[in-house]
Amino acid sequence: MLELEKVSWQVEETETEILRSIDLTLAAQKIYAITGPNGGGKSSLAKMIMGVYTPTSGRILLDGQDITQLSISERARQGIGYAFQNPPRFKGIKVEELLKLAAANNPEKVNIYDLLYDVGLCAQDYLERDVDASLSGGEMKRIEIATVLARNLRVAVFDEPEAGIDLWSFQKLAETFTSIHQKYDTTIVIISHQERILELADEIILMVNGKISLQSTKDKILAGILHNEACLCSERCEKGVGQNA
Amino acid sequence: MKPACVVKDVKKGLVRMLNALDRLMLEKVADLHEIPQGAYNIRKNGEGVQRNTTANIDIVTKKDQPGIDVFVKPHTQGESVHIPVIVTEEDITDVVYNTFDIGEYSDVLVVAGCGIHNSGSRKSQHDGIHNFFVRKGARLKYVEKHYGEGDGKGQRVLNPKTIIEVEDGAVVELELVQIKGIDSTVRDTEIRLAENAKLVVTERLLTYKDQEAESNITVELSGANSSAQIISRSVAQDHSRQSFYFDLIGRNKARGHIQCDAIIMHEATVRSTPRISAYHSEAQLVHEAAIGKIESEQLIKLMTMGLSEKEAEDTILKGFLG
Repeated sequence: MLELEKVSWQVEETETEILRSIDLTLAAQKIYAITGPNGGGKSSLAKMIMGVYTPTSGRILLDGQDITQLSISERARQGIGYAFQNPPRFKGIKVEELLKLAAANNPEKVNIYDLLYDVGLCAQDYLERDVDASLSGGEMKRIEIATVLARNLRVAVFDEPEAGIDLWSFQKLAETFTSIHQKYDTTIVIISHQERILELADEIILMVNGKISLQSTKDKILAGILHNEACLCSERCEKGVGQNA
Repeated sequence: MKPACVVKDVKKGLVRMLNALDRLMLEKVADLHEIPQGAYNIRKNGEGVQRNTTANIDIVTKKDQPGIDVFVKPHTQGESVHIPVIVTEEDITDVVYNTFDIGEYSDVLVVAGCGIHNSGSRKSQHDGIHNFFVRKGARLKYVEKHYGEGDGKGQRVLNPKTIIEVEDGAVVELELVQIKGIDSTVRDTEIRLAENAKLVVTERLLTYKDQEAESNITVELSGANSSAQIISRSVAQDHSRQSFYFDLIGRNKARGHIQCDAIIMHEATVRSTPRISAYHSEAQLVHEAAIGKIESEQLIKLMTMGLSEKEAEDTILKGFLG
């Protein structure tokens, strides 16, 4: 459904190659998790799918149509969505307004109260609040996820959605991912270091040094990581699938 | 209830009927779709054209200079006074002096505003000088909106001056809005707060083309336990120029906070000069100021939701300016 063909991306100023000839095919109605060490290119890949970055070379196809040169807005209208790792804040825009904007093109009637509930927030407490610095990082992350859940998407990319989500709502979030997946047939891509998130995936993609070093079923990769073979981290890492994690 | 009354010339049948343009101006500056409820005084091209008073709110024409005195009786609750000004002629400089006495323990809304429609080539100017006495324990919300339009080259100029004395325990909320069509403005606001008095000022300003705007706000925290919060947000586009000067003075155990944010675009210029001055060891004064362009992440976020770049920009600016 979504195909990346030999996609490379090099930062012009520094000539650093962030993504190196990525070949990736995402099938309809599957959940994918992208994992790997920091700086491996996971977020860049997500932004490449969304159109925030344009490849230096290679092509991106959505249902066979070349979308490589399409803008962010055009890709959004084609059904691609992206939840930021660090969502921006907006002075003077209320949570309700942001969610209504997000849901504006969804032909299904979206209940904004339910959206907030799905991310573990009480609508009464949040709808009237501004999406500004008065919200904590965790609250921002949840609202960000809600803006993606509000849309009827072909592909939804979540960049480290678990940050700031506590245990209770994590369970709720996992259920929500599964339910939108079923409701809209959305292909879900989740960038994460968390084993609990990786557990949700049909397939896991391991990214290291701008390349896909491994793509396989969840069971195979998780087993590999537990045996400390698939993970190329050279040092222990606190939150992820690093050695002894 | 005292019956509604109108100004003399209205009684004589000389009322100049408000036309469609006047009504549009009223809608822009005072959110009025029809003649307002409660007390009002509508001024057009330098003359009062329509007025209404109520049992609790009296409006009297000044004898020594152009303008009105507005008296709100003590304990008046939930009433409003609308004093819109419409300027539809060119080559006019209308200066008006209005005084408001907001009685003890009353709670009222005062909506002032000026709409200028100038299709000519010469200047239209309105300078409103407003003096408020907000008596002990009273609550006042004062809204001032400025709006200009017209395709002529004539300048649309507004220079308001607002002086407010806030007595013991009184609460004042000020909303100052200028969103469209004013070529030049110098806004002076001076407020003094007595013991336990409280002030919240929100200022919203948008300039574009070659417009110029200057806003000077001085707040003096004279009484113990007085507090003031000033939130100023502005957007400067094209070649417009904005200049802000905030002076927050603490003369007692008091708290004050100024927060000013400006979004700068194109070739515009924004200058913001903060000053906080403490004359008492228990005065707590904070000033925060920021000038910057729209963050690209904000635009990208809204574009990932399907908005075009232009729509995203408009959404951000509209939200920012409230």
